Amino acid sequence: MNDGTPLTGTPAPDPDLLYSQEEDALRDAVRSLFADRSDPATVLAGLESEAAYDTALWRALATDIGAAGLLVPEKLGGAGASAREAAVVLEEVGRCVAPVPYLTSAVIAVTALLGCDHDQEDVAAPLAALAGGGTVGVLAVPLPTAPGGPAPSAVRAAADGALTGRVTSVADAAGAGLLLVPAEGPDGPALYAVEAAADGVRTEPVTPLDLTRPLGHLTFDGARGRLLATGDRARTAVAGALLTGAGLLASEQLGVAEWCLAETVRHTAERTQFGRPVGSFQALKHRMAALWLEVASARAAARNAADALATGSADAPVAVAVAQAYCAPVAVRAAQECIQLHGGIGMTWEHPAHLFLKRAKSDELALGSPGRHREALAGLVALDAP
Amino acid sequence: MTDAEDLRRRTAELLAAHPPAETERLEFLRARFDAGLAWVHYPEGLGGLDAPRSLQAVVDAELAAAGAPGNDPGRIGIGLGMAAPTILRFGTDEQKRRLLRPLWTGEEVWCQLFSEPGAGSDLAALATRAVREDGGEAGSAGDWIVDGQKVWTSSAHLARWAILIARTDPGLPKHRGISYFICDMTDPGVEVRPLRQITGEAEFNEVFLTGVRIPDSRRLGEVGEGWKVAQTTLMNERVAIGGARIPREGGMIGVAAADWRARPELRTHDLHQRLLTLWVEAEVARLTGERLRQQLTKGQPGPEGSGMKLAFARLAQEISGWEVEFLAEDGLTYDDWTMRRPDGVDFTGREAGYRYLRAKGNSIEGGTSEVLLNIVAERVLGLPPEPRTDKDVAWKDLPR
Repeated sequence: MNDGTPLTGTPAPDPDLLYSQEEDALRDAVRSLFADRSDPATVLAGLESEAAYDTALWRALATDIGAAGLLVPEKLGGAGASAREAAVVLEEVGRCVAPVPYLTSAVIAVTALLGCDHDQEDVAAPLAALAGGGTVGVLAVPLPTAPGGPAPSAVRAAADGALTGRVTSVADAAGAGLLLVPAEGPDGPALYAVEAAADGVRTEPVTPLDLTRPLGHLTFDGARGRLLATGDRARTAVAGALLTGAGLLASEQLGVAEWCLAETVRHTAERTQFGRPVGSFQALKHRMAALWLEVASARAAARNAADALATGSADAPVAVAVAQAYCAPVAVRAAQECIQLHGGIGMTWEHPAHLFLKRAKSDELALGSPGRHREALAGLVALDAP
Repeated sequence: MTDAEDLRRRTAELLAAHPPAETERLEFLRARFDAGLAWVHYPEGLGGLDAPRSLQAVVDAELAAAGAPGNDPGRIGIGLGMAAPTILRFGTDEQKRRLLRPLWTGEEVWCQLFSEPGAGSDLAALATRAVREDGGEAGSAGDWIVDGQKVWTSSAHLARWAILIARTDPGLPKHRGISYFICDMTDPGVEVRPLRQITGEAEFNEVFLTGVRIPDSRRLGEVGEGWKVAQTTLMNERVAIGGARIPREGGMIGVAAADWRARPELRTHDLHQRLLTLWVEAEVARLTGERLRQQLTKGQPGPEGSGMKLAFARLAQEISGWEVEFLAEDGLTYDDWTMRRPDGVDFTGREAGYRYLRAKGNSIEGGTSEVLLNIVAERVLGLPPEPRTDKDVAWKDLPR
């Protein structure tokens, strides 16, 4: 990972920005699963249920397709694929705002564990469990936590390993069986694994802006955890998980924007007003064409971030900051345009457009806002603030 | 099938027979053309080897490493990017043999006589007439006599040849009455006048055509099929604009970033925020161009090419505008208003004020941003066209 040296002047790496045949095949499998099981009507119907996520859909994605283990090496029970493949899954997750903990469990929690010493049974066992999809894990940090910032330390670990503290707005907390808790111990930063059902752990669901990605507050009151890593190892494991999460979130944002544009084009080409399809009016066409260019550009940015993460490139922090600063607003704009160009129907509950606006806006804050990522970039590419 | 290894061998042979250090530039370029290493995807005998287009990069890399001279694509871009692919597709064997070699080496510069003052973005509304001469002297019968005015013609003052579209049947609807010609710019009746522009210099020209005689053998495509031929030219123009490869911080954002680093006393928080936003957008535009290039290399051309020019034009204007503002007092001055006729355009050269003014043209030249947005909306997104009132009306009956 980046050691903080400004990267300006280093030759840009040669990223592969296309999709491989294997990635296309994976996309087909995920897309057809979601078409059958996570169409907008199904997602809408599940919104107000008590379930933390669609467990049957998650099992099909995570276990049957094997998507939960993409980032996990084969010897640890995964598929030994890379961030490029996980990014393709996330594009499809975004394209139908699938209510599954893919980003939180299969990407962020898995990457945090991979950053620890997986020769240890306490690391290898939960990794295998997450890779199999039978267990959902989350990194216990607030969803807006940006990579590259100070380590989150809302939780204190006593000398005997008892955890105390409160972490707010943790994505997918209510559905998680395993919590990976960054904590400040007597000897500095540490990362613990805690069973969500353990004594001293309380999960309070909160009503989220984005109903398809539930949030919960976690309170630790003397809860016991297993120590996964300490010191720099703990810090870099968390930092790497946040960087990977932010970089691959760009692919989810791309998927959100893609659906919004495609649906808007479909609707405006069919909807007639003033004796013409509204999509034939130049004022509207130009907005959709401009959005198309932004979506095409977001794809290049998201692929670049995924490739940099997959290859362990020194350029990854720049690629991730660029992708987040660019893709987050594109998804929000696409969702806003989708509602606007649908007219009144776009404002109704039964039309799925609102699901995409809520996901896009929530994703814009997740793992660092665009402004936070631009700020990070200033340091990375030597464009210092006044 | 010619493969990369074969091309490396042929390039090595060319370099051995014509060592760049001891060979005159033009002689080297001609030899390279004759060896089929000019544009490898062209046919044998016409500067190519019928090889995949993607393999050109192999040849270019070997030649660059050997310090071989290039053919100055910045100066002869219209010939390379627009005239050549059109001649290759629609020209006769004789036209191809006569025209392509000096076009590629740069011995003969080309310009494009498409735009007209009365047509603008409605290119097919052009009024320049080409009338077939009837029963003239023996041997000259069938020549075309061309009268009209063209505008925004880059390189016309340097050009030996022009690609020209002219109306050959005003009784047909506007797209159907057009034919496509090759015009000899040295012929009587061709007058080139500099057109001074916003920057003070004259990069473009007006071209007046008065009784210009063009033999029928210099027609490209069938009579009345000129619009279809012109589509090939225009598509290639847009591919050429999207195809260049630049490094991170290449182009205008690099100049702006260098200014920022060099002048800490001028920094403000507002300018910092805007610079970072532009830096991100420039980097993403670069990556989008790179992705398009990778698609082309794999033989999967994407529609992104039509969008790249839009992004480039908007960014160039915003970045150069930012730069003038950042430079404060220095931004208020201009380097030189002297009327000049440059050989080419340098978007990042000269001073911030020049860059700002020149960039204003990026969203107009080569298809306005409005026309390109329509193309994206209709051809890429498949949105319905605007209703048209000119489609089935004879050109002569259209309001002008």
